[in-house]
Amino acid sequence: MAIAEQPVSETGMTRRGFYVSVIYGLWGLIGAALSIPAAVYLLFPPRLRKAPEFVEAGDVSQLEPRVPVEMVFRQNRVDGWKIVSEKTTAWVVKLADNKVVAYGPQCTHLGCAYHWDENRSEFLCPCHTSVFSVEGKVVSGPAPRALDRYETKVENGKLLLGTLHESKEKA
Amino acid sequence: MSWLDHRTGIETAIRNFLYEDIPASSGWRQVFGSVAVFLFLVQAFTGALLAFNYAPTPGDAYNSLRYILTEVTGGHLIRGLHHWGASMLIVVVVLHMTQVFLWGAYKKPREATWLVGVVLLLLTMAYGLTGYLLPWDNRAYWGTVVSTQIAARIPLLGPYMSRLLGGEGAVGVVTFARFYGLHVLLLPPATGLLIATHIYLVRKHGVAPTPNDEGRPSMKFYPRQAFTDTVAIFAAFVVLFVMAVAARVPLERLADPTDTTYVPRPDWYFLFLFQTLKFFDGPLEVVGSVVLPGLAVLALLLVPFVDRGRVMRVTRRTAAIGVVALAGLGWTGLTVAAVATTPKADNTVEIDFGAPTDWMQLSPQELAGIGYFRKENCASCHAVGGGKAHIGPDLANVPIKKSAAWMIEHFKRPSTMVPGSSMPPIQLSTAQLNALAAFLLKLTPRNADALASAPDFAVEAALLYQEKNCGACHQVNGVGMKIGPPLNGLARRRTKTWVAQHFANPQALSPGSFMPSYQFSARQMDRMVTYLFTLPD
Repeated sequence: MAIAEQPVSETGMTRRGFYVSVIYGLWGLIGAALSIPAAVYLLFPPRLRKAPEFVEAGDVSQLEPRVPVEMVFRQNRVDGWKIVSEKTTAWVVKLADNKVVAYGPQCTHLGCAYHWDENRSEFLCPCHTSVFSVEGKVVSGPAPRALDRYETKVENGKLLLGTLHESKEKA
Repeated sequence: MSWLDHRTGIETAIRNFLYEDIPASSGWRQVFGSVAVFLFLVQAFTGALLAFNYAPTPGDAYNSLRYILTEVTGGHLIRGLHHWGASMLIVVVVLHMTQVFLWGAYKKPREATWLVGVVLLLLTMAYGLTGYLLPWDNRAYWGTVVSTQIAARIPLLGPYMSRLLGGEGAVGVVTFARFYGLHVLLLPPATGLLIATHIYLVRKHGVAPTPNDEGRPSMKFYPRQAFTDTVAIFAAFVVLFVMAVAARVPLERLADPTDTTYVPRPDWYFLFLFQTLKFFDGPLEVVGSVVLPGLAVLALLLVPFVDRGRVMRVTRRTAAIGVVALAGLGWTGLTVAAVATTPKADNTVEIDFGAPTDWMQLSPQELAGIGYFRKENCASCHAVGGGKAHIGPDLANVPIKKSAAWMIEHFKRPSTMVPGSSMPPIQLSTAQLNALAAFLLKLTPRNADALASAPDFAVEAALLYQEKNCGACHQVNGVGMKIGPPLNGLARRRTKTWVAQHFANPQALSPGSFMPSYQFSARQMDRMVTYLFTLPD
């Protein structure tokens, strides 16, 4: 049947035109109702199950100023549907103002484990030779920002560590 | 001809597909096939999404599904679509088959189309059977125990079936892996292939005409029939979506092979088979489990070879109408009988593990605080986290929490602590006020909803727990004394019956125990034992 023969309604729409627009409209709605929840499901972060908690990392009463110590502690981390208890390390140092800070164990460049070089009094990363000062600032190398720091609390000489925050200090 | 079409032929292919000649009488009765294909695609889509957050091993399966339901944004909806979509697919496939049967559309030369359709019906049921196990809750576990036992009793083939399903008497990791493999690896491509064959055969023979179509010019599938199909698909989708949002998808407690009180029931569309099985005892059992279902499938397969007459008007196909009516009646009767004979679990509570269960982490004191909060009707003046404006302050959003001591003073004499407060004094004992304060201190905007949804049975049990001062000897969620054993993990150590008997007469079951005996009413006992068994390990 040719389009010209179709009955035309008062609004000037052919029956064929009506069919076609309903087909497109309804499939559009179905597509949106499926794809939007799917995107939300995949892209939105899941609801937090556990409030962040502080874990004891070690004794800081005997810490010498500006000499970093590697502390190993166990931490519970939410990993999808699991809570894993894993060994984590932090580089803990008492800075000039007697403030104790704890750096995350990974270089801010590509995540290698760095270490403290006693002779140079600097943190060295073995992968791409990033160098950080005792304050965590980038001295040289490709690292894009200063070392990440844990939230810290000191209670009775014991160091408590909270969440690891990405450093905002650019190199 | 466009550039794309010149190179791929895709536009020509789509045009050929849409501008199919169909009989002039085509209309609403032929929509079911399209709706079924659509629902199958929705199942594939939502199934893939679920797989992205699902761990296919027992135990982890349950935890990951709970994670999808309570933590992943939109997870509840996706799982709802997949769950209800399965039921809907069964309904639509059966409607499709009934329509074809009533109109006699399977007649020469369309026998093969019908045969493929029967196999597709069986595949749809196979999805239901295998998917049932995947949540690994009590319902899944016990349902599958029964279905694998049935398979194991098939004469001659039984032992092989049981080995094939990983059973050998017990449902465990192997059975789970086999069911999951079938559900996601084997069945989908088989279904896809058969759907393609089915549609190819429909195209090859054309949509079956009725006697009315003789001498009438055919019409094109697009746009009128495409419009009809689209409207039907949309209606089905709206129903599915509303169910996924509004209806509760069951998730029970983690599969417990030692639970002797569980009454397994299959999904609603298998209830008629379940009921049929009940009519046959002992050596005749195989009649109900294998012979009758087998004969039914055989009868379906033979339909186009038995009914070979000329195509007639549907209104004159009285025999076909009679068969459908009888089948419908039989199915309904069996299903109703199965539902009616399911023992009512009147005293026992059912916990929805698909909802947030933050309340399980609370101490009994804090949980009892929810009870006083509800009893004193605090919510009539206070919002709890993001509600509308109320007379009193929002109890979850108070930026700096007052101390428990301040709150208790305030509960007793509101206006002395907050001059001008119109809050009435709360008439509770100090212990009760302590509980209320403990609960309020626990509230944050993030957990307010989840805590507010703490089920009544648990709150009731916690109130009883506080009243009997159980915490003077026992520990729950790290709160309480350690004179008696900690109560977390009780579900692993004891059965519900044991615990109930132990309450009544502790020394009979644990000689030397100095726990006093407690006489609870049946309701109290059920609430208390259920609560203790839901405590996290």
